[in-house]
Amino acid sequence: MGRDSVQRIWEILRKEFLQIARDPRLARVIFIAPVIQLVIFGYAVSTDIRNTPTFVVDQDRTQVSRELVEAFTASGFFSVVGRSSRPADLVSALEHGDAIVGITVPVGFAAALAGGSGARLQVLVDGSNSNTATVALGYAERIVQSFGAQRAGGMALALDLSERAWFNPDLKSRDYNVPAVMGAIILLVCLLLTSLAVVREREIGTLEQLMVTPLSAFELIAGKTIPFALIGLADLLVVAAVALLWFKVPFVGNFFTLLVASVLYLLSGLGLGLLISTISRTQQEAFMASFLVFMPTILLSGFMFPVSSMPEVFQWLTLLNPTRHYLEIVRGIFLKGVGFQALWMQFVALAVLGSLLLGFAGGRFKKTAV
Amino acid sequence: MNFWRLWAIARKEVIQLRRDTRSLVLAFLLPLLLLLLFGYAISFDVRNVRTALLDQDNSAQSRQLIDAFRASGYFEFSTPIARTSDIGSLLDHGKAQLVLVIPPDFGRKLGSGQTAQVQAVVDGSDANSATIVLAYTRAIAQTYSLKAQLDGRIVQRPITAESRVWYNEELTSRNMIVPGLIAVIMMIVAAMLTSLTIAREWERGTMEQLAATPVTRAEVVLGKLLPYIAIGLADVVMCVVLGVWLFGVPFHGSVWLLMALSTSFLIGALGLGIFISAVARSQLLATQMAMILTFLPAFLLSGFMYAIDVMPKALQLLTYLVPARYFLVVTRGIFLKGVGADVLRVQGLLMIGFAVIGLALAIFVFRKEIR
Repeated sequence: MGRDSVQRIWEILRKEFLQIARDPRLARVIFIAPVIQLVIFGYAVSTDIRNTPTFVVDQDRTQVSRELVEAFTASGFFSVVGRSSRPADLVSALEHGDAIVGITVPVGFAAALAGGSGARLQVLVDGSNSNTATVALGYAERIVQSFGAQRAGGMALALDLSERAWFNPDLKSRDYNVPAVMGAIILLVCLLLTSLAVVREREIGTLEQLMVTPLSAFELIAGKTIPFALIGLADLLVVAAVALLWFKVPFVGNFFTLLVASVLYLLSGLGLGLLISTISRTQQEAFMASFLVFMPTILLSGFMFPVSSMPEVFQWLTLLNPTRHYLEIVRGIFLKGVGFQALWMQFVALAVLGSLLLGFAGGRFKKTAV
Repeated sequence: MNFWRLWAIARKEVIQLRRDTRSLVLAFLLPLLLLLLFGYAISFDVRNVRTALLDQDNSAQSRQLIDAFRASGYFEFSTPIARTSDIGSLLDHGKAQLVLVIPPDFGRKLGSGQTAQVQAVVDGSDANSATIVLAYTRAIAQTYSLKAQLDGRIVQRPITAESRVWYNEELTSRNMIVPGLIAVIMMIVAAMLTSLTIAREWERGTMEQLAATPVTRAEVVLGKLLPYIAIGLADVVMCVVLGVWLFGVPFHGSVWLLMALSTSFLIGALGLGIFISAVARSQLLATQMAMILTFLPAFLLSGFMYAIDVMPKALQLLTYLVPARYFLVVTRGIFLKGVGADVLRVQGLLMIGFAVIGLALAIFVFRKEIR
């Protein structure tokens, strides 16, 4: 690559940045959007439960039944949104979605508990959110049993389960999700910006003008992708800064390792973006195609859904997914502080997938553009 | 409003759509792909939890407990480990998600009526799965505990909680995902279809041609909406049919109510798309705005996968502004609960309100004057 070539790539870069800068709203969105995504992901994504709306039908109306309900609310997992003595009200609360859990304490509950004849109560859960229901049932069972054990004259539980969570003792899903958002954001930026920017030039007809310049295909591709690679990296820094300063996600690893991984990952993102630009004639198509690529890539990456719970076929498929490898690296670096030694396979996978995708897209781009 | 001019705009849009067959194909491919992915590939149900066992007791009781775990079907045991020091490396390398530690005096304590300890060490880095794994572990330990008490001197267990699950008895996440997905898909497809329509006319310069005609703002907006309503409704039908036939999601409610409220929601979502398009005027900007304003909230802040009650207060307040949140209550209600218009009265009114606001926003912001 001679000096002229570098000069020509530089000119294209300048043109691209001028174009982005001329639309200040776009420039703002490019940097604000990732932060919004990060904040929403950081706060919204969690399968734990808290303050689950609970409806109580207390037909016993005794001191004991009130204390039992209190044990539920004191745990913090349940919060009472309504009380009644009629079971029909409970049904209606579940139907309207006002409550997710219903507790019915029947008449004679306290008496049965005191008499040692085995008290009964009913816990009803709306299963339409299967997650919340699973976790809520686990907590409810636990609260009821320890309440019962206490009441039955200090009777000891047969089994005491102590729980410990490693790497993330408070089980905050935030620490797991926030680093992963980087993978999603870099991919989205690369896909949308690259594909739309190229297709726009084709739609407006300025791509033909670029063709008649002395630019070689390689220079054109480099000039069109490098700006978005830089924007992707800048977004990465913004997201990392927010993750560390705002969400206080622990960072135990090496920043340089993260940067190398991100550059390798960018290759795949740019390759996919460029590939979409070669098969789309309009920006509408490019937008929809980007989304069509983005969704499976993210959903099958282990971002929100663990790869190990997928059917075997899909687990194999995820090996072809650059985001999966990138997320393993990012999470490894952030949460476990592991380095190249533990993650070299993922690095190799990223490098291979990236160069294949970019090479293939570049080849197609030459054919369709020239 | 002139009906013929409205019709002419709609026809122009249909012709344009027909020429852009690939976009049309994508409008059906995208929902199909999402449905298949969520239906087949991913699920929240945590299965085959890789579990390592450190049984320091090796008694009949400890084996009983392990059998209880095995019988539940959620756990997949690898070879047992012998030392506490092995736990660290197992979790480090991701070879186990859960390590069950049964201390040496487990059987003795149980036998003598004392409380026996069991320890569950879980890899918390995926907090979502860990929460669910712990919920399973808790339930199994609890059941075993009760059984041990019943076998022993205590004859009667103090309290029995009869747990019952309504609407989705087996707690399959598919039944929760598919109806919710319909709401998300409609929001995405609607926004994708319309968020570029007006920006495109600006970029290509055809807006000037439109400006030279006598059509009014309302006519342009409504005319552009009509064909997309048809596409959106076809998407809904496709999703419902696939959800019920392919994935066996129960459908207890009224199809007509679902279609009526879907239409209303669609009009609002399409209007929102046109609003974005009119504000952005550039297709690149419009795509970015569409992602943030429609896809992200519908996906994350609607209660589709993640419960709203857990979010921080500020974010919870924000979810009240997310139309998909209410539409989700409609789809889940009609699919799983089989509720009717009487229960969904509030949501129904909100859907109509969304349609009116979406349309009003689109017509109000849209200008055909050349600046």
